Amino acid sequence: MKALPWDLQLLNTLAALLLLLSFAMLSQRRIVSLVNLLAMQGALLCIATLLLAWRTGSHHLYVSAALTLGLKVIFLPWLLHRLIRRLGVYWDTEPLLNIAGTMMVGVLVVIFAFGLAQPISALASTATRNSIGIAVAVILIAFLTMITRRKAMSQVVGFLSMENGLFFGAMSATYGMPMVVELGVALDVLVAMLVLGVFFFQIREQFDSLDLKHFESLKEEQ
Amino acid sequence: MEFVILLGTPLLGALTLGFFGGRRWAPGANVGLSLVTFLAACALTSRIVAHGNLLVAREQFFIDAFNVFLVTLTAFVGLTTSLFSRPYMRIEAEHGRISARQLRLYHSMYQLFMATMLIALTTNNMGLMWVAMEAATLSTVLLVTLYRTPASLEAGWKYFILCGVGISQALFGTILMYFAAEKILGSEGVSALLWTHLNAVKGQLEPAVLGLAFVFLLVGYGTKVGLAPLHNWLPDAHAEGPTPISAVLSGLLLNVAMYAVVRCKVLVEGSLQSSLPGRMMMGFGLLSVVLAAFFLWRQRDVKRLFAYSSIEHMGIIAFAFGMGGPVANFAALLHMTVHSLTKSSIFFAVGHAAQKAGSQLMDNIRGLITVNPTLGWGLMMGTLAILGMPPFGVFASEFLILTTAMKQQPWATPILLLALGVAFAAIFGRVQSMVFGDTSAKRLPHPPALVPVFAHLGLVLMLGFFIPPYLADWYRAAARLIGGE
Repeated sequence: MKALPWDLQLLNTLAALLLLLSFAMLSQRRIVSLVNLLAMQGALLCIATLLLAWRTGSHHLYVSAALTLGLKVIFLPWLLHRLIRRLGVYWDTEPLLNIAGTMMVGVLVVIFAFGLAQPISALASTATRNSIGIAVAVILIAFLTMITRRKAMSQVVGFLSMENGLFFGAMSATYGMPMVVELGVALDVLVAMLVLGVFFFQIREQFDSLDLKHFESLKEEQ
Repeated sequence: MEFVILLGTPLLGALTLGFFGGRRWAPGANVGLSLVTFLAACALTSRIVAHGNLLVAREQFFIDAFNVFLVTLTAFVGLTTSLFSRPYMRIEAEHGRISARQLRLYHSMYQLFMATMLIALTTNNMGLMWVAMEAATLSTVLLVTLYRTPASLEAGWKYFILCGVGISQALFGTILMYFAAEKILGSEGVSALLWTHLNAVKGQLEPAVLGLAFVFLLVGYGTKVGLAPLHNWLPDAHAEGPTPISAVLSGLLLNVAMYAVVRCKVLVEGSLQSSLPGRMMMGFGLLSVVLAAFFLWRQRDVKRLFAYSSIEHMGIIAFAFGMGGPVANFAALLHMTVHSLTKSSIFFAVGHAAQKAGSQLMDNIRGLITVNPTLGWGLMMGTLAILGMPPFGVFASEFLILTTAMKQQPWATPILLLALGVAFAAIFGRVQSMVFGDTSAKRLPHPPALVPVFAHLGLVLMLGFFIPPYLADWYRAAARLIGGE
């Protein structure tokens, strides 16, 4: 078997690190560290995009790398850190399932993700088709993070990590979506986070905490 | 030109009202902007009827028989809701439930919400459609939490996070679709995301990928349609926000999300050459109808009651689109129209009833007919209409759907009939005790705007007796389009 060119090897390494960071997020309970992990994931994504842009010579990937850098590495982590300081939420409570259990589920999720991505990878013509499975795994693990957390802030980090996975998936399957769409998605994420900032303050004003266990009045037992 | 006004007015309005939305004249301006939007939609419609489909802005926007009727419906309900919201929000402000700042937010977001829905309906770009759908959620999150009560914050959070996750699935589906299309249409420009281009080559798209994409798209947009079991956010968001927002969420947003699902279904069915997408929609639809009918019994809040009724009707529509064929598609389109008109008129009536009683709990609302006969009869007639009583239009569409189901999917007919019966008993009993009996209501500082209620019900009544020929042609053209011809 022929050895892969160095840039593809590097891309595969980056993809593997991306998945590793997802697992780290799954087990991390300190919210400040969770945000840092998210920023690192964004940085890896940015490097991978740059590498791919250089490899394929497509200009719009450079733009989207710049977008990732600005939004996911710098602005959103800054915003989240600021919110954490202003609101004073530092720790998430014990997750609904203990950490060892969550990790086991995470492993099963990865196997499932690779199974799901198999037919897509088989059809893809991009050099990065092997990473599609990893992208699906990142999406599903982020989903798992959101399900198992109680604090609003951790759920939001899970949401953003899912967005990273989607972005990585689009990149490895088709070298990114058209520019208009990427800009639109970035705008939506940005607005979503700003809305969320307002929203968090409203929640805290009402409940003096960001714990979602207060959110149980609207269940259907009435 | 009409098209620029159609999208430009609400966008400009959102910006202007973002600064001046708290002034005394703001509710009037809101009505004026909605009126201009509606007139532009009418002009656009007459142009489409006269000259056929329209592609504008380098094919980024596309208007055909299917979406133009939804554009008009959206603009119309947007206008009547703004009329209803004028006295409603004044009363809320006088009761001290909202401040001038909140009113500014409300008016600005109302216009923005209309703009995002119109963009989602008219865009030809599947990616842009996703962006607009997400923007529609974001513009209404802060409206659901407008009253800042604990329950409304919880509802807003659920709405934000569930719809956010749902719509991420739809993004993945869109990526997969782009992936399949790029092989045939090339990755230059946005051609591989344009619906018209995709529709032209749908037979060549890779079926395995499109099948997978449809699962994600249906789950994603289905969350916004409120299909069970992804409906959890819907009753909360409808019940806790201000009533005009409940009316547009239920009457319009659900339709727009359904529109997105159907657009995707046309492509996927063309690629798969099988009825799998249809069967999936029928499954989700039936589940929603049955689940909603039984949940109706457990409701005590009047707005939640009608929110569950919306889930039920969206289920019926999904089922009808799932069956496919010209008659079922025709009936589904008709049902979308009459449900939207009837449900928003019910929310108008319910909103004023709740203001009069000072509570949304059905136990506290009594004897509307003695305090305000017009309001009482409005609510009663709206309820009879939504329950599918003849001669209202809902009866016509449900009858068509049931008879088609009897021919094509006989096993589903008893389930549908049972659910409709259960829903009838649940809703009718509650509404009867709210309308008749001793009264608990008080006088309000502003007379309610009841014209929209009767305008909507009048239209629904007319559609039950007689569908104007041009409207029927139009529905038929759209039904053929959805049938993939």
